[in-house]
Amino acid sequence: MRGVEAVLLRLLLVVALPALLVVVWWFASDDSTDVYWPPLRTILTTFPDVWTGERLRGDVLPSLLRLTAGYACAAVAGVALGTVIGSYRRVRAVCEPVLEFLRAVPPPVLVPVIMLFAGIGDTMKIAVIASGCVWPILLNTVEGVRAVDSVMSETARSYGITGPARLRHLVLRSASPQIFAGLRQALSIGIILMVISEMFAASNGLGFTIVQFQRGFAIPDMWTGILLLGLLGFVLSVVFRLVERRALGWYHGRRDASRRSS
Amino acid sequence: MRGANALLGASGLAAFLALGEAVPRLGVVDEDYFPPTSRIADAFATELADEAFWTALGDTLTGWALGLVIAVTAGILAGVLISVTPYLREATASTIEFLRPIPSVALIPLAVLLYGTELRSVLLLVVYASFWQVLVQVMYGVQDVDPVAEETARSYGLGTWARIRHVLWPTALPYVMTGVRLAAAVALILAVTAELVIGAPGLGARIAVAQTSQAVPEMYALVVVTGLLGLLINVGARTVERRALAWHQSVRGEVAV
Repeated sequence: MRGVEAVLLRLLLVVALPALLVVVWWFASDDSTDVYWPPLRTILTTFPDVWTGERLRGDVLPSLLRLTAGYACAAVAGVALGTVIGSYRRVRAVCEPVLEFLRAVPPPVLVPVIMLFAGIGDTMKIAVIASGCVWPILLNTVEGVRAVDSVMSETARSYGITGPARLRHLVLRSASPQIFAGLRQALSIGIILMVISEMFAASNGLGFTIVQFQRGFAIPDMWTGILLLGLLGFVLSVVFRLVERRALGWYHGRRDASRRSS
Repeated sequence: MRGANALLGASGLAAFLALGEAVPRLGVVDEDYFPPTSRIADAFATELADEAFWTALGDTLTGWALGLVIAVTAGILAGVLISVTPYLREATASTIEFLRPIPSVALIPLAVLLYGTELRSVLLLVVYASFWQVLVQVMYGVQDVDPVAEETARSYGLGTWARIRHVLWPTALPYVMTGVRLAAAVALILAVTAELVIGAPGLGARIAVAQTSQAVPEMYALVVVTGLLGLLINVGARTVERRALAWHQSVRGEVAV
């Protein structure tokens, strides 16, 4: 019985504040005549009209595909290059200042630069997303590979584990918590770049559509766009957490165990 | 060892610059798209002599610094308050988890409508984006407080304020510093983004103008400036972190090795 109560209390705590905020927003805005802050009722009734059918296929889907493509390129390139740079001390020393500089460039300024090369098509957007996402992944991989436990490294060597097996079972595995930290940072950068590259120059996509609404003073429609972007960010971060939990299950388990024992 | 690394790093940087000079000169890529390093350096020097450039730099830094200060103050206050109040942590967790991943650029259309190209547009985006970085780190930090130390302080009769000051704050400070460092980088990204997309005065707006007027070397020079700015901010934040945590194990340990 106590268990049920505890679960109910937890559930209440999780739901209470969001529900309260929505209710406050709903009633505070209900008879709002301010053009910029339309009633939540209007926004919610507009939502299904705006984001179904043609627009879902023509704007949301292309955006997501570009994000996936750019993010995947960045992940592959970041982990591959990071492993190489992290494994060799000299390579790392040579590359470090350049990498630090490239990472420090705010990713959105790459949009105009890459536009010169790639025009305003999908290639440009994928390239922008990839070139912004790659740095946190790359640098975190370098750190992770560097920090491989030397005892394990020696053990692997004395057991004759080398080449791909060493890479897979020792290097990438022990670097994976760091790599995931990089992937997580890259995800939010990716979403930002997806939106910005579309706001800058595009003929479809989420960012493009939302700016169109704003310029056309279709304020409730614009608000639905903002909500959709928020929802998208939330869903992607939940999906990421699920993937991470699966992939790093061994790591979290070990950390919890050591925390309990300490 | 350190000297050798610095030498290797410098040679890496030199190679990078040389590559930037050689690739367009050899015609691998079109010079109109990718000017050689020397022309970018020229444009950079011209920028430095231009008064409008310094105004733009000042605008960007104002937006960055003001936004960062607001976000850090709000983040620390909210984080400590949420963490020390019973039940508040559980009650806010789902809301924070929901609001945090909302991309700050989603607010761009709203910022444009509300404030146009004013500084307040930039601040809205900068504060929203960097606030979460600080808040979440503060909450991790408070969670990390040693229960034994906390109980000890309690049994010695320290009040809430004294416990925050002497037990909670020192434990949380490394996390807070990490949060500030992350927030400083994010704040620059958002400040430049707001200028680039909305057109608020600053380096970002100057980049957008250079791009539309086909002033390619100037555009690259400005991109380099934003990179240098980012680098300075990173290095500065690390130094502040090191100073503030000079007493802490993680920093002292590093020095000893």
